[in-house]
Amino acid sequence: MARVIVDVMLKPEILDPQGRAVQGALGRLGLTGVADVRQGKQFVIQLEGDLDDDRRAKLEDLAGELLSNPVIEDYRMTVLDDDEVSA
Amino acid sequence: MSTRIGIVTFPGSLDDADAARAVRIAGGEPVALWHGDEDLKKVQAVVLPGGFSYGDYLRCGAIARFAPVMTKVIEAANAGMPVLGICNGFQILCETYLLPGALTRNDHLHFICRDQKLRIENTSSDWTRDFAPGQEIVIPLKNGEGGYVADEATLDRLEGGGRVIARYLEVNPNGSRRDIAGVCNERGNVVGLMPHPEHAVEDLTGPSTDGIFFFASALTSVLAGSHR
Repeated sequence: MARVIVDVMLKPEILDPQGRAVQGALGRLGLTGVADVRQGKQFVIQLEGDLDDDRRAKLEDLAGELLSNPVIEDYRMTVLDDDEVSA
Repeated sequence: MSTRIGIVTFPGSLDDADAARAVRIAGGEPVALWHGDEDLKKVQAVVLPGGFSYGDYLRCGAIARFAPVMTKVIEAANAGMPVLGICNGFQILCETYLLPGALTRNDHLHFICRDQKLRIENTSSDWTRDFAPGQEIVIPLKNGEGGYVADEATLDRLEGGGRVIARYLEVNPNGSRRDIAGVCNERGNVVGLMPHPEHAVEDLTGPSTDGIFFFASALTSVLAGSHR
């Protein structure tokens, strides 16, 4: 079993009004010194069997094509191996 | 024979019926297209209506982009057919890369619904050619994710090429860069617009009847064969 994590974040230059609202809430709830908050998405993809090169390449394509919009977002893909998945 | 204009219904589309009525009032023949359709039923132009296709899951328009009918719409758009995306339709056109940029969460985070003043900046696109240059209009605006963004180079290219087709006047309702309410592709056949012209075609229900010009423009364009 392989597990793939895809983190999607708005590019740094894109305004993130949700992150800004969360930043305000953190301050109101007593957390001092919050310089910035950015809100993103995380996809946790559980695969049957091992991740071969073909599926890895397909996932890379889809992370950039479906899971994120490269006009406004960056993504980072992390593959966890068996040990990390079971841990 | 009247001009056949296709209106695509996706699961979650809301404004397909109003778009069909606007086409009919403008003098065209609305043709219902379903998201799963593999052919465009000989339509001569296409409207992607507003709403929340596929529940806005993932990103607005991100899943609609891969609907079977969109493969045909993209082919037809690239061949020059007039295509108008309104609100969610605009978001879909950006997700398909038929139009540059993207629509993001309104900067103030609130869903907005108001009668919005616009200035028509381009009267050569297939969907704006019946307007007078610089004409000011009022049509409804209703969106949660209507902030138009693109990088500075893209925005400069759009401005330089006259591809900003409409701009917000008096108030920028959603944080759109450079007050942009709508843009077109280089050829002028594909137009995306965040406000809703299909809700402003009858005195009884709209703040004006200014919206009708968008649909009349498409009929003019098809008759002129400008998309060929």
